[in-house]
Amino acid sequence: MSATVASFSVEYHQFLDRDGRLFGDDVPELAKDFEKLISIYKLMVQTRTFDFKAIALQRTGKLGTYASCLGHEAAQIAIGSAMRDEDCFAPMYRDYGTQLYRGVTMTEILLYWGGDERGNDYSGPRHDFAWCVPIATQCLHAAGAAMVYKLRDEKRVAVTVVGDGGSSKGDVLEAINAASAYNLPLVIVIMNNQWAISVPRSKQNSAKTLAQKGLGAGLHSVQVDGNDYIASHLVMEEAIERARNGDGASVVEMITYRLTDHTTADDASRYREDAEVEEAWKSEPIARLRKYLESEGQWDDEKQSELEKEAAEMIDVAVKEYLNTPSPGIASMFDYMYAELPHDLQAQKEFALKEAE
Amino acid sequence: MPKVAMVEALSMAMGSELRADKDMVLMGEDIGINGGVFRATSSLQKEFGDLRVIDTPLAETMICGMAVGMAAQGMRPVIEAQFMGFVYAMVDHMISHAGRMRHRTRGRLSCPMVLRMPFGGGIHAPEHHSESTEAMFAHMPGIRVVIPSSPSRAYGLLLAAIRDPDPVVFMEPKRIYRWGKEEVEDDGEELPLDVCFVLREGTDVTLVSWGAMIKETLEAADKLAEQGISAEVIDVATISPLDMDTIIESVEKTGRCVIIAEAARHCGVAAEIAANLADSGIYNLLAPVKRVTGYDTVMPLYRMEMKYLPSVERILNTVKKVFAVS
Ligand SMILES: Cc1ncc(C[n+]2csc(CCOP(=O)(O)OP(=O)(O)O)c2C)c(N)n1
Ligand SMILES: [Mg+2]
Repeated sequence: MSATVASFSVEYHQFLDRDGRLFGDDVPELAKDFEKLISIYKLMVQTRTFDFKAIALQRTGKLGTYASCLGHEAAQIAIGSAMRDEDCFAPMYRDYGTQLYRGVTMTEILLYWGGDERGNDYSGPRHDFAWCVPIATQCLHAAGAAMVYKLRDEKRVAVTVVGDGGSSKGDVLEAINAASAYNLPLVIVIMNNQWAISVPRSKQNSAKTLAQKGLGAGLHSVQVDGNDYIASHLVMEEAIERARNGDGASVVEMITYRLTDHTTADDASRYREDAEVEEAWKSEPIARLRKYLESEGQWDDEKQSELEKEAAEMIDVAVKEYLNTPSPGIASMFDYMYAELPHDLQAQKEFALKEAE
Repeated sequence: MPKVAMVEALSMAMGSELRADKDMVLMGEDIGINGGVFRATSSLQKEFGDLRVIDTPLAETMICGMAVGMAAQGMRPVIEAQFMGFVYAMVDHMISHAGRMRHRTRGRLSCPMVLRMPFGGGIHAPEHHSESTEAMFAHMPGIRVVIPSSPSRAYGLLLAAIRDPDPVVFMEPKRIYRWGKEEVEDDGEELPLDVCFVLREGTDVTLVSWGAMIKETLEAADKLAEQGISAEVIDVATISPLDMDTIIESVEKTGRCVIIAEAARHCGVAAEIAANLADSGIYNLLAPVKRVTGYDTVMPLYRMEMKYLPSVERILNTVKKVFAVS
């Protein structure tokens, strides 16, 4: 005897095609909420303008290595806009769109990549985790946060992001498994931007989707066009509300593309074809939303140039603030190590201060 | 012969041994077409193909666990952790398996693998890219820990590490990846593991260091020479097992010892050397053994990293204290 005891499928969600045309029969309310879409569009443009500025600062020696978010704006901002303040975000290292939405400042982003721990001291939700460089470890911290909300019966959700490369790490499967074992209010986003530095998505594994990693532990697992803000927001909103209502965790694979080098220390021309990148630009998220807004009569060139001017001014203020931030000082190496500085570290601190005189 | 930097010498050593030993393979993230983020494996995949220079999924536990399995079954995997900050997921396999495979099977199985990784600060890198936690590996039984500090030593020591029948952690001081170019002959000649190298002979004080701090240590020795103090400089090179004979012999001559390490102070390799000197060299000492190290803090982000790393000045000040006693 043999019988199918379980079967699975992974749905792919998209509302806007790459030319910004709405398709499908059921038009979501969000597609007609122009006030909201315009505010999102503005943040997308600000995020990108900021990103270009950060790269320029790095190129002129005013910033350390910087990981760009170019091309990820819709996906990242959709994560932010689907979350509530009291939810908890555990980012990877290039999630500025989500973080700006949540209240992390541009100055803080610059401080962090400018080699200053004060960048991690977010103005945004104070309970959010800081950028996470050791890949995929954040997924388990998010599972831990979700465990707290469950144990305390709080209606809060933990959301984390990991890359297509990072999805190969055991931590991701362990977080997925924990979410299933404890029915955690957790959403794990796999930000599939097709590349992990020089390693293409196809070399991570041969599965059709990365979302299906969630199916192994019985999680709600979906794929979405991460360059379509409308679809991304709706998919995230559903996953988050499901988690909030005790209906289980989700894995959301967002399909997007890393439009530039991995970081400013990388040279993507060593390993990928220009033609592929050019093709990817045709699906990028900002032009897509703009075209949609224009086709609905909600946006025009004049509004655009005003927005660009505002964004540039806003970023200049942040850059000035960053560049004028004084040294954190020697004591800062010691003062945050423990709640109370142990005596041996106190002696080392005094030595370091004396040496600097 | 053109001069090469350390990172090129490492590449030469790997190429040489890939040519000589059909059982050797390289595995790691971005080591293929990209040639490693520091280009240490640059052009090796082109020459040896993607079945011998293998790009892996982003999964350190997988890389190291598979290397243990491959080594036990007769191959010579040389794996890379992209930065030392990302090696920790590999540690389970190193301590629980690689270091004890031979012992626990009474020699039936062994683990001839090499785990390479760039480490150390001073290059303005992002968070988790600048730590020096060599003491952690040095504390693990059954594993050699080797750290070169010049192109020629990098070449010879890496060859020896790959050919060694036991697991070797090979730590590459990335701050000096491109410093101190030398002529290095690609002759397949290895250097001995488990010995220290005396880089400069001297009579008044022994300066002991390894890795990138060799640069500051040699500079300090130059400054001391100007002051009429003759410093002997020892590059420990293999920090586990430790060749104390060479160090003790030197201290017998000089009577003074300063150990310079970039890593945190507490329970570091410098402490091990100092303890050995207390044990076997104490009657020759004219002054207390001193350490110049990083602090017992998290490695700061780059704005403060040069305040963390021992400077030439910090070394000189410490030597001065040693001479103040005797
Ligand atoms: C555990 C760990 N291993 C390796 C690295 C080095 N590294 C930084 S980013 C990266 C690629 C990440 O790719 P992906 O997960 O797809 O995220 P993306 O950078 O594309 O957003 C690697 C290998 C790291 N930071 N952490
Ligand atoms: Mg990626």
